[in-house]
Amino acid sequence: MPHPTDREPVHEPKAPIVSVDQLTIKYGSALAVDQVTFALQQGDQVAVIGPNGAGKSTLFKAIAGILSPTTGFVQIGGSQPMQHICIAYIPQRSQIDWSFPVTVADAVLMGRVGRLGWLRRPRAEDRDFVQTCLRHVRMDGLANRRIDALSGGEQQRMFIARALAQEAEVMLMDEVMSACDVPSQEEIYRILAMLKEQQVTIMVSTHDLDDAAARYDQVMLLNRQLIGFGSATDVFTPEKLKQAYGGHLRLVQTAQGLMVLSDATCCGGGEGHQHG
Amino acid sequence: MAEWWDLLVQPLQYPFMVRALLAAILVGMVCGIVGCFVVLRGMAFFGDALSHSILPGIAIGYLLGNGGRGPLFLWAMGTAVLVALFIGAIAQSGRLKEDTSIGIIFAGMFALGVALISTSRSYSVDLIHFLFGDVLGVAWSDLIWSSILGGGVLLVLLAFYKEFVIIAFDETLARTLRLPTRRLYYGLLILIAVTIVSALQTVGVALMLAMLVTPPATAFLLTRRLPVMMAVSAGIGALGGVVGLYLSYYIGVASGAAMVLVCTAAFIVVLLFSKRRGHT
Repeated sequence: MPHPTDREPVHEPKAPIVSVDQLTIKYGSALAVDQVTFALQQGDQVAVIGPNGAGKSTLFKAIAGILSPTTGFVQIGGSQPMQHICIAYIPQRSQIDWSFPVTVADAVLMGRVGRLGWLRRPRAEDRDFVQTCLRHVRMDGLANRRIDALSGGEQQRMFIARALAQEAEVMLMDEVMSACDVPSQEEIYRILAMLKEQQVTIMVSTHDLDDAAARYDQVMLLNRQLIGFGSATDVFTPEKLKQAYGGHLRLVQTAQGLMVLSDATCCGGGEGHQHG
Repeated sequence: MAEWWDLLVQPLQYPFMVRALLAAILVGMVCGIVGCFVVLRGMAFFGDALSHSILPGIAIGYLLGNGGRGPLFLWAMGTAVLVALFIGAIAQSGRLKEDTSIGIIFAGMFALGVALISTSRSYSVDLIHFLFGDVLGVAWSDLIWSSILGGGVLLVLLAFYKEFVIIAFDETLARTLRLPTRRLYYGLLILIAVTIVSALQTVGVALMLAMLVTPPATAFLLTRRLPVMMAVSAGIGALGGVVGLYLSYYIGVASGAAMVLVCTAAFIVVLLFSKRRGHT
């Protein structure tokens, strides 16, 4: 059985790192993603905004090559995502069994497996590399801690370290900021800035319009269809926000700027977002 | 001291006890190690269903082989692998809920097994042996079969250890690393099936689940890392087997039940002592 690394295609230099073309994904008859088209260049960092059920996770999974498109296609560096091991999907915390008996270093080492090959044990270099990845997210002191003893923010940083261990060039982070307190969020933004220097392409799904506008080069507004993609000033317009959030959204003009009141976020109740 | 020693050594004068002890250690270790995956992936019901579903295979092997061990193991193994793959396929896609489908197969196959065995003249004795094990009746040929099967399982598990751990912990990661998740999943099911066959004579189909689940669950409470959990689980399984066998010898209770009860007692003790640690 050939190992994935044996046949990983080389990225075409001219092709965009992520290219999504007329992507449609249906679960049975339910439409999750509808004719979405966009392209990302290497090093782009995009915040993906949209109500629950807008297809953010589905879009990420299609880009990661975990879900097959119903129609349309995704390309990573000019070829199909299924062949690449350079795409990391950072799961929502709720999708992981945190009681699983592994340490932080064990979990990060799993990211190396794609590059190890069958029947090979991790080498000393792999363990050193794991330590380096943990240092990048400032968790080298927690390497031997069991994963269920981590805080929400540390859990997310551990997965980013795992993506680094995977040598991912594209990282898809599903709600990476939720369950993080403010210091943890700042730490993750520091890591995102570091990844920017390394030209890692990043998509982050979030419910926080303020941060999306302030912290990312580009924002994407998604509700099954792609409603807007570009700078926050172009995308976060009252019309487009209304289109994305529909009846769940109210816009209030205040002295500070435009206030977005949405009840479509994860917590379900009247959460306020400000957008100046 | 000398009396203790006598208590331990005295049963060993009987060759059947030596064979039984070897079988108990072997089965305790293999089930303890493979069972870690059963526990971590939440496959206890699958394990129980699979071991019961093997009964018709055992029955056919027994009736055709006139008591010969080779046919018994081969038929049991063929049935186990087929049922494992079938249940696996149902779990992956299906119109009914997974546990409903598994339940239907489990009960149907078990009934078929009972029906087949009931055609034999020594019906009730045979049935009890298959259900609850007959470790005192283990022959050298059984031990050899069990060692080959159990050893094979451990070798495969060792060879693909890192891949199996990833599909157990985070299947999405396995897929972005482009591991063949489906083949690994079926591979794990087959390993569990073969483990069950290797342990058939020792604990029987009805008590199998305990050897697959109780020692790993005990080890889970005691340890922090998977390799250690597997080692501790193997130790508990083997020790439970040996202690259970001695108890069975001296008190005169059924051996399979005694082994399971020792493991259960160990679990309860550990649970009470580790309660303070909780989930931290």
